[in-house]
Amino acid sequence: MSELFRIAIVGSGPSGLSAAAHAATKGISHILLEKTDHLSDTIFRYQKGKHVMATPSLLVLRSDCEFGPARRETVLERWNADAARAGVNVRYNAEARSIAGARGDFTIALANGDTVRAETVVLAIGTQGNPNLLRCEGASLPHVQYQLDDPAEYIDEHIFVLGGGDAGIENALGLIADQAQGNIVTLVDRSADFARAKEANVKALFAARDAGRMTILSETNTTLVEPGWITLETPQGAVRHKCDRIIARMGSAAPRAFVEAAGVRFTSEARSAFPQLTGAFEGTTPGVYVIGALAGYPLIKHCMNQGHDVVEYIAGRTDLKPADEPILEAKLKDLPGALSVSEWLEFLRSRVEILHGLSPLQMREFLLDSEVKAFRAGELIFERNGVGTSLFGIAQGAVQVEIDPKDSKVTVPIPQGSIFGEVGLISGRRRGATVRAGEDCVVVEIPRTATLKLMAQVNEARETVERVTTERQILQIFKSGLTPADLAEVLPLAKTLEIKAGQPIMTEGEEGDDLFIIRSGSMVVEKSVGGKQVFLSYVPAGSYSGEMALLDGGRRTATVKAAIRSQVVRLPGEPFRRLLAKKPALLARMREDVASRRKINAFLEEKKDSFGGVVDMYSSVASFLIDQGIGEATDVLLIDETLCVGCDNCEKACADSHEGLSRLNREAGKTYAKIHVPTSCRHCEHPYCMTDCPPNAIQRGPDGEVFISDACIGCGACQRNCPYDVIQMDRPPPAKPGLLAWMLFGMGPGPGEPDAAWRDKKAKAQPERAKVAIKCDMCIGKAGGPACVRACPTGAAIRVSPEEFLSVALLERGQG
Amino acid sequence: MAGQTQRRKRATHEGFLRHRGFLFLKIGTVLCVGVTAAYLFQDQRLPRGGGTLLGYGLGTAGALLIVWLALLGVRKRAVTNGYYSLKAWVSAHVYLGLALIVIGTLHTGFHFGWNVHTLAYGLMMLVITSGAVGVWAYATLPKTLSDNRAEATRKQMLARIRSLDEALLDAAQPLPRIDAEIVRLSLEKTEIAGGYWQRVMQNWDNCANKAAIAQLQPVLAGATGQQAAVLRRVDALMRDKADALAQARKQIHITALLEGWLFVHVPSTFALLAALVAHIVSVFLYW
Repeated sequence: MSELFRIAIVGSGPSGLSAAAHAATKGISHILLEKTDHLSDTIFRYQKGKHVMATPSLLVLRSDCEFGPARRETVLERWNADAARAGVNVRYNAEARSIAGARGDFTIALANGDTVRAETVVLAIGTQGNPNLLRCEGASLPHVQYQLDDPAEYIDEHIFVLGGGDAGIENALGLIADQAQGNIVTLVDRSADFARAKEANVKALFAARDAGRMTILSETNTTLVEPGWITLETPQGAVRHKCDRIIARMGSAAPRAFVEAAGVRFTSEARSAFPQLTGAFEGTTPGVYVIGALAGYPLIKHCMNQGHDVVEYIAGRTDLKPADEPILEAKLKDLPGALSVSEWLEFLRSRVEILHGLSPLQMREFLLDSEVKAFRAGELIFERNGVGTSLFGIAQGAVQVEIDPKDSKVTVPIPQGSIFGEVGLISGRRRGATVRAGEDCVVVEIPRTATLKLMAQVNEARETVERVTTERQILQIFKSGLTPADLAEVLPLAKTLEIKAGQPIMTEGEEGDDLFIIRSGSMVVEKSVGGKQVFLSYVPAGSYSGEMALLDGGRRTATVKAAIRSQVVRLPGEPFRRLLAKKPALLARMREDVASRRKINAFLEEKKDSFGGVVDMYSSVASFLIDQGIGEATDVLLIDETLCVGCDNCEKACADSHEGLSRLNREAGKTYAKIHVPTSCRHCEHPYCMTDCPPNAIQRGPDGEVFISDACIGCGACQRNCPYDVIQMDRPPPAKPGLLAWMLFGMGPGPGEPDAAWRDKKAKAQPERAKVAIKCDMCIGKAGGPACVRACPTGAAIRVSPEEFLSVALLERGQG
Repeated sequence: MAGQTQRRKRATHEGFLRHRGFLFLKIGTVLCVGVTAAYLFQDQRLPRGGGTLLGYGLGTAGALLIVWLALLGVRKRAVTNGYYSLKAWVSAHVYLGLALIVIGTLHTGFHFGWNVHTLAYGLMMLVITSGAVGVWAYATLPKTLSDNRAEATRKQMLARIRSLDEALLDAAQPLPRIDAEIVRLSLEKTEIAGGYWQRVMQNWDNCANKAAIAQLQPVLAGATGQQAAVLRRVDALMRDKADALAQARKQIHITALLEGWLFVHVPSTFALLAALVAHIVSVFLYW
């Protein structure tokens, strides 16, 4: 029988290493299993010289390994030294394959067939997962690799790159970048097109093939690997090629399956779900602990603290206060009631409905992201048309919602325990109503990302939010004095549907009387006029569609389809008509809407002969803009190329109002009918960049701007997630001499982004700054608004929101 | 919402000439009509020119206007945080600059001679004329610029030429030295932009790539077998390169036209400011 360790730690990243170091310092018998031959592989694979940041700066570090903002090399050196000094018992090249047993005696099977026994297991394996392996004969030969660290390493080789995702394409392009290396590179992909890869990568790939510098084999599988040779199954049959090296980049398998196999359950089926853990990081299998990114903590400092804490818990300590205690104390100190942190946590958890299902650990983390606020009776919480995507939960007191823009006396109360602000959360649009404290109250404000995380973790929270959202959204859209009781018949029949971009929810000429509410995303309305599909209007989230057929019967008069991936709520026609019969105010309101839509239809019918060309043009411009993602934009920069003289003053103004870096590339981007969509942030309704920002540095400002705060750690996740390529990673250049010094004495590089030579020369004199994510912030906080528009000499640069730009009003103006 | 800033965000979709329904055209017109009327109806017995009350008025207004018009150069480059619209400035610059013709001319009282005063007037007219050329360029050229580039950026145009060069180099590898010389001519001697006049006049007759294509034709006609195939590929690549060069050069040509007038407008503005100072000083010195 092999040795039984007290703790086995799987993974030597920040959390695993910190746990091992603490165990070693405390003299607890332990083993640290690392699948590679070095510690902390994730940091190890960072680009050479990368500046590693240490946020949140307020959080104290509680670890036996040192950590502070530094270059990758320094961080790794320190950790290696710390591990050696503490006497960490590490086993390299030890990839855990499975975990069996129970608390007191677990057996971990390693990839090489060995086993390790331990009383408890700490999983610190991160979220990256293991690469998918090549599955054919010979796949384990040494010239098959799953990583390409330095493309310049290989010379005069026949190299096959397997996998047509971004990783594979980028590797293949890297290998042929320098022709002097003389590599003969072939890219092999199973599919016919490169649908998973970025457009720019695919373009570069085809350009390389057309220039004869690379071969692409699509719809091809690898069937046999032999020393020096590879056999492939192509659509034309099997072929055998000379091959010195195989780089397999076929994606990776998430570590979830591995964790679940160890008996640890996840909070839900959602991809974003985390393992169910106690306050001491213990999973549903007693004795198996999960820490680090896999437990939902992506920041290095959090991870290291957890490594420390988990060992304390395993060693039997129960009174350990988490490292974030001071942060929470600071957050809560100005509130009435003089409660301790844990009392506050319990107060909120027990009183706010959507928080009921949270564990103390989850509550803590939840509160780190959220704010608790106290309001006096009558005090403003948020205002109609304000921008905000956070959700509020009422822990004490009640609030009043002013539902009528014209009369602030008309209010609807929301009681303690319930939530508000949820429409902004779902649709990303401006607030639909003003909310004031009805009496003295305490509310918890939860940012959008934290809410989404909460919904992924706790089923009850998700259901509650969705139920309340649908009900409120219907009440808000129709107003007219409706109360939740009126909806009792309609609501249970409401169905939430996911609609793909381009998919219609109703088709012109079709029977149907259901009403649709656009919950997120947006729709375009098209009508066939004189045999052509004409773009009628743009329907943003928070509006409804389908009322004409509902009221007047008959067939659909237009086609409504999704501009982008959207969520709609379908309300069946029959019960809704009964509701209308009971509520004349609602009926009158809908009649009004119908009348205005009829006017647009009539206008188009009347113009279709005389202005056929104009209508056509308008329609095709609208489709172009929708294709360019304007459908999900909230504010986008367009350039009228009949006016643009190419002076680039917009870029210069951008650079000069943002630390010397332009966030806009005027020339790049698509153009149609002289309307150019430059490469610049559209401030999407649901920003892709926000979906995965470890320090939560991407926020929405008071005017709707999506901006990146100083908390950015430069990880580049947002850049990869942005489908419009508007985020760049760069370090701000040194400060320039002033404008007059340049104009009068020629000092410095002049207006605009300084050139590389000047930056390099100046940068030597200053300490190096880390690369961070840079994007348009719509000139947040500047009274004059976006500098690009102000600085355009000819009026070519305009900023628009889709609702105002994509309307028939444009058409009417177009004739003037 | 608390903390929401009050900002003017939206610019209307109107070019600088039509800015706010031709507001500055209207102001300029009223100004011109007003001063012309004042000029025509002033006391007929007095001599005309800068020495009269009206003359001083016009002179002061004109001088201040010139200085303000010249400040556009600073406004354009000073990106301040408050609200301003450079388009509005440009619109005013154009129409009030044109109004200066009337103001300045009436200020002279049609007295011209070989002196510093007429020099200032002449320079002013030169600045205004070059500005008018600029207005024409700004109003007409952007469309051509947009059509020519067809979504390609300058960088991409140059990159396309570079990648064709790389392909040419690759394709020429099997060629004997004498034929490879033709490819080298295209690769090494092709100049994309040339000097300013060349850009404006679009004189690309001495393009090395063009010469190389011409030299290649007889060789291609005489070639057979494998070599003919290589030469045909080289020929096709050089023709592609000719297209790419034509696009890039046209872009450079239009850009040169768009900024060419500034080479007259800006230096003559400085000369005008100097002459204006001389004119004012001398007038008051010899009063």
